[in-house]
Amino acid sequence: MSEISVLWEETIHGGAAWSHVLKRGTALRITDLQGGANVGAVFYNFECPAERYNMPDTLKAQHVARLAKGFVLYSDMGRILCSIIEDTVGWHDPIGGTSSAKLVDAKYGPSRYQEHRNEYHKNGHDSFLVELGKWGLGPRDLVANVNFFSRVDVAQDGGMSFAPGNSKAGDQVELRAEMNVLAILNTCQHPLDPNPKYEPKPVHVSIRRVTAPGPDDACRISRPENGRGFTLTERYFL
Amino acid sequence: MSGINLVESKLDPAKAIYSQVIPAGEPWIHGIERGQYFRIVDLHGNQAVDTLFYNALDYSDRYSAQDTIQQQRNIYLTTGTELISTNGTVLLTIVADTCGRHDTLGGACATESNMVRYALEKRHMHACRNSFLKAVTEWDHGMTKRDITSNINFFMNVPVTPEGKLTFEDGISDPGKYVEMRAETDVLALISNCPQLNNPCNAYNPTPVQVLVWDGAGK
Repeated sequence: MSEISVLWEETIHGGAAWSHVLKRGTALRITDLQGGANVGAVFYNFECPAERYNMPDTLKAQHVARLAKGFVLYSDMGRILCSIIEDTVGWHDPIGGTSSAKLVDAKYGPSRYQEHRNEYHKNGHDSFLVELGKWGLGPRDLVANVNFFSRVDVAQDGGMSFAPGNSKAGDQVELRAEMNVLAILNTCQHPLDPNPKYEPKPVHVSIRRVTAPGPDDACRISRPENGRGFTLTERYFL
Repeated sequence: MSGINLVESKLDPAKAIYSQVIPAGEPWIHGIERGQYFRIVDLHGNQAVDTLFYNALDYSDRYSAQDTIQQQRNIYLTTGTELISTNGTVLLTIVADTCGRHDTLGGACATESNMVRYALEKRHMHACRNSFLKAVTEWDHGMTKRDITSNINFFMNVPVTPEGKLTFEDGISDPGKYVEMRAETDVLALISNCPQLNNPCNAYNPTPVQVLVWDGAGK
């Protein structure tokens, strides 16, 4: 599990989209470079993209409305796409969704490439669709996403509020791929972020080889549901 | 929005243009036209009604749980909630609700998620996503599992705590409680009347529900 096994690394600009097939046995580490980053993410079984990240299955298997170290991301087929093996944040948002062109225009004003070149305003919905399109996927494949580094609190009456300052510069989350996982990411601002300025933050990503989760793996033993989820995932590769 | 908004409907069931009882464990798929009113009645109480909606002009523009709760900034659905699609279309608006709170985070049960949640030996048990798949396959407009997305659970109570925990609680619905929506565009409605026996979402006894449709002029 040492740093020497880093395979490659790069910086993702603020407001950018990114995708990669995370191979089983590797892990993706995402670092918030400046603090206040948001990484919208959806995940698919690369071999059969009809199997994809499922928000409700992830939440109800682990009885959570937040994600953190020790939790896993479930597909709709009872298998684990990724495990959160490291995390310095403690709360990542699985319910708040992503921004649309309409929301971004209303919040930050219109901004086209013609006038602003590569600083034009991007939104999460369109970023997901463009990146999905590169893999032959489309609107029917767009599902509820995770927002890494962001936190949405839910009050007693169900009211949702964005928690500013959830992630600091240098905070990290690391996802171990338990299958060959198509990861579609973008660094657009969180849709509930009250910041009136368009200033999406960059993140750093690095990929390294990791050892397979053993019988005492923290994600596997975090709750009995996850033990069964790992069993079903491992059966897929038999 | 408070999360609970009890409003009764003035519509007379005798004037409905469509009425159907859906037994537990059965799917139901039906078009609803813009301006029509659509009611789901929890006939026996505490019955989860797993529901998806599609823009009838383009099924890829479909109900989005995240867009719906994000827009109203509240995780519970009740009177006044606009049901929003992935493209931002308002599909329907909840106009009456005698239950007061409906879930859209808990999703639909599946044979696979039952194996994770309860035991690997649960694979044989009937589940909502099997009903959804049967219905869209028979509907035969090219719909597949890709079209089965995160749904609404009418009459289901899934609170989130301030610590970020999600719990399945006993229902707050009773016999005869209903939720009613006005279609804001032509939609396709897809229901699985939930067969789940492993948790209290159906009070361990899945029961029939009724669906009714009124023309807008019947108001």
